[in-house]
Amino acid sequence: MIVSVILKTATRYLIPLMLVFSFFLLLRGHNEPGGGFVGGLVAASAYALFAIANGVKPTQQMLRVKPLSLIVSGLLIAVLSGFAGIVYYGVFMKAFWFETKFPVIGKIGTPLIFDMGVYLLVLGISLKIIFSLFEEDEQ
Amino acid sequence: MSFIDFAICFSLVVISVSLLLLFVRFIAGPTLEDRIIAIDLLAVVGVAFIAVYSMLSGVTVFLDVAIILGLLSFLGTVAFAFYLERRNKR
Repeated sequence: MIVSVILKTATRYLIPLMLVFSFFLLLRGHNEPGGGFVGGLVAASAYALFAIANGVKPTQQMLRVKPLSLIVSGLLIAVLSGFAGIVYYGVFMKAFWFETKFPVIGKIGTPLIFDMGVYLLVLGISLKIIFSLFEEDEQ
Repeated sequence: MSFIDFAICFSLVVISVSLLLLFVRFIAGPTLEDRIIAIDLLAVVGVAFIAVYSMLSGVTVFLDVAIILGLLSFLGTVAFAFYLERRNKR
C-alpha cells in the first residue's frame, strides 16, 4: 500500500465535506432533488476515498459497525416507517406528516424516516462491495 | 443586452471550445495518463458549464449538482491514479 501525503491531507478535508453534503441531500430529499439513495452513494464514496488513502482496515475501524448491520437496520427502519400509515390511516406506507415546518428541510413525516432507511441501506451495500473488492485486491 | 447576458454567452462559447479541445486530447492522447487528465478536466469544465447554465436558467438547484460533481470527480481521479500505480508495479 503506497501512502501519499498529499492524498491523506486532501481526504482529511474532503471527507467531512462529503459526509455533511450527503446528510444535507438526505434531509431535503422529500421536497427537492436529492434523497436517501443519492445521499447514501455520496457518503459511500467518502468512505471509498478514505479506504484508498489509508487502507481497508483503518476504514473498518473508523466505521465501527459492520456494513451488513447497516443494511439490516436500514431495511428495518424503512419497513417500520410504513407501519405508521397503518396505525393512522389503515393503509400501508401512506405518508404521515407533522404540521410544524422547519427552516431548511420543510415538513417532517414518515417519508423522511423511510429515506433514512434507504440511506443506511445504500451506504451498507456500497461499503460491502467496496470492502470486498479491496480485500480481494490485497490478497 | 446587459453586461451579464453578454458574459454568460461569451463564457458558454469559451466552455464549448474547451470541451471540444478536451475531446481532441481524449481521442488523440498518446498515453493513458493523458486521457485520465482529460477526464478530470472534463469534470471541472462540466462544473463550470453547470454553474453558467444555472445563472442562465435561474434554477439554483443545478448548483448542488455542480458541488457533487466537483466532490466526486476528485474521487474518480484518485481511483484512476490508484489503478495506474498498481498497473505499473506489475
